[in-house]
Amino acid sequence: MKIEFEHRQGAHCESGVTSNLLYNSSGGKITEPLAFGIGAGLFFAYIPLIKVNNGPAIAFRTLPGYIFNRTCKSLGIPVISKKFSSKEKAETYLKERLAEGNAVGCQVGVYYLPYFPKEYRFHFNAHNLVVYGTEGDNYLISDPIMETPQTMGSYELERVRFAKGALAPRGHIYYPKPGAIITDDTIKEAIKSGIKKNVYNMLYIPGSFAGVAGIKNTGKKIKKWRDKLGLQKAGLYLAQMVRMQEEIGTGGGGFRYIYAAFLQEADVYLPGNQLAEISVLFTNAGDMWRTAAVHAAGIYKGRLGSQEDFNTMGNYLMEIAEVEKNAFLALKNIKWT
Amino acid sequence: MKKDEVPQDLSSLGKITKEVCYATDSSGKYGKALSDGWDVKISALDVAWGDIEKRIAAAKQKVLDNEASPLLFFMEYRLMDAAILAGYTGFWQWQVKRHLKPEVFNKLSSQKLQKYAEAFNVSVEDLKSMTVHED
Repeated sequence: MKIEFEHRQGAHCESGVTSNLLYNSSGGKITEPLAFGIGAGLFFAYIPLIKVNNGPAIAFRTLPGYIFNRTCKSLGIPVISKKFSSKEKAETYLKERLAEGNAVGCQVGVYYLPYFPKEYRFHFNAHNLVVYGTEGDNYLISDPIMETPQTMGSYELERVRFAKGALAPRGHIYYPKPGAIITDDTIKEAIKSGIKKNVYNMLYIPGSFAGVAGIKNTGKKIKKWRDKLGLQKAGLYLAQMVRMQEEIGTGGGGFRYIYAAFLQEADVYLPGNQLAEISVLFTNAGDMWRTAAVHAAGIYKGRLGSQEDFNTMGNYLMEIAEVEKNAFLALKNIKWT
Repeated sequence: MKKDEVPQDLSSLGKITKEVCYATDSSGKYGKALSDGWDVKISALDVAWGDIEKRIAAAKQKVLDNEASPLLFFMEYRLMDAAILAGYTGFWQWQVKRHLKPEVFNKLSSQKLQKYAEAFNVSVEDLKSMTVHED
């Protein structure tokens, strides 16, 4: 059994799933960058108290689940979302949705995801994919980061839907209520609202762990990593940061390029608001993150390692913070026409 | 990032799928571009795995020295901490920690061993003997 659903590869799992699930309602208008921007996906947070793979938690995007929920809400589409304590009930529910003709999003862990190469399997539980049918005993899977559709057996799917650890998915299944119609006017309002929310998240969350302040603060901390952690551990931390920033699912440059693409597309819906010009600032920020990543690689590969090198690393982040601050201030100051 | 600057350094993922990046064309317009990988992040991943290999080797030595049960080895091998392992087995974290002691582990019932074996995706025999098969 197969549902009318076309697999489209994306850069990021959640915005990819969101865009793909909304494809029919929106006539393909909700592209991945639009979903990312309307969902206010761009973020930065540095949370040293939470350890991920023995390094600090560093995020370049917003909380898992936020993009899908926010995008649907802004577009006026009700979301149906369910978690389970019973594996059997979770599978029955999935089968019923498929029988009704609904493709559904599932939150999964990547550790036991069969089509992922071993090197990429960590206990990361906020991956997203779409189940869009069955074929014999297998489920048809559209994973946005893969070029082609995949299949998974019932046990394999159950295992990743019930992965354990931080952010355990507990069979989380979600899909937009079918039959919604998305007009251009709705999209325009949703874009404005997404930008507003992102401005808040990057500029006005109190404290120094999140947003632009978080980037600046991380830059300051990096300068002390060499003394505080020793060269080897500091290298591990930097490698971790680069992975969160550039690894599969980011679209490059710590999601800054997806956001720049979003602003360009938004400019077509809302011309005369300088969105295309502001988009260039985010491209610059993405490029700077990548320059910083090259420098970080010099350190964790052992080519660099002096205190001066760590100062340079920290300064990169402080410069980025300044660029992103100005970019978000420009967005904040738009008088919408 | 411009489309012709999208890195194409073949990674282990690149052999299975290319990844989507957003990049600009000559007129500055964004679109999707495919990348095979980037050496900067390949080496970041190598650094992470290098650290994991070290932890696995240290754990193995501890088990051989009878300072820890084979659980420690498999926890490192499967990148699991006590919380994740407790989640997969249904044991409490304090039980998992207790089972890390060789003398406690050696007295575990076959039922309990089976739970651990399932969590690590190995057989009970392999669990006891620290045998791994590439998967």
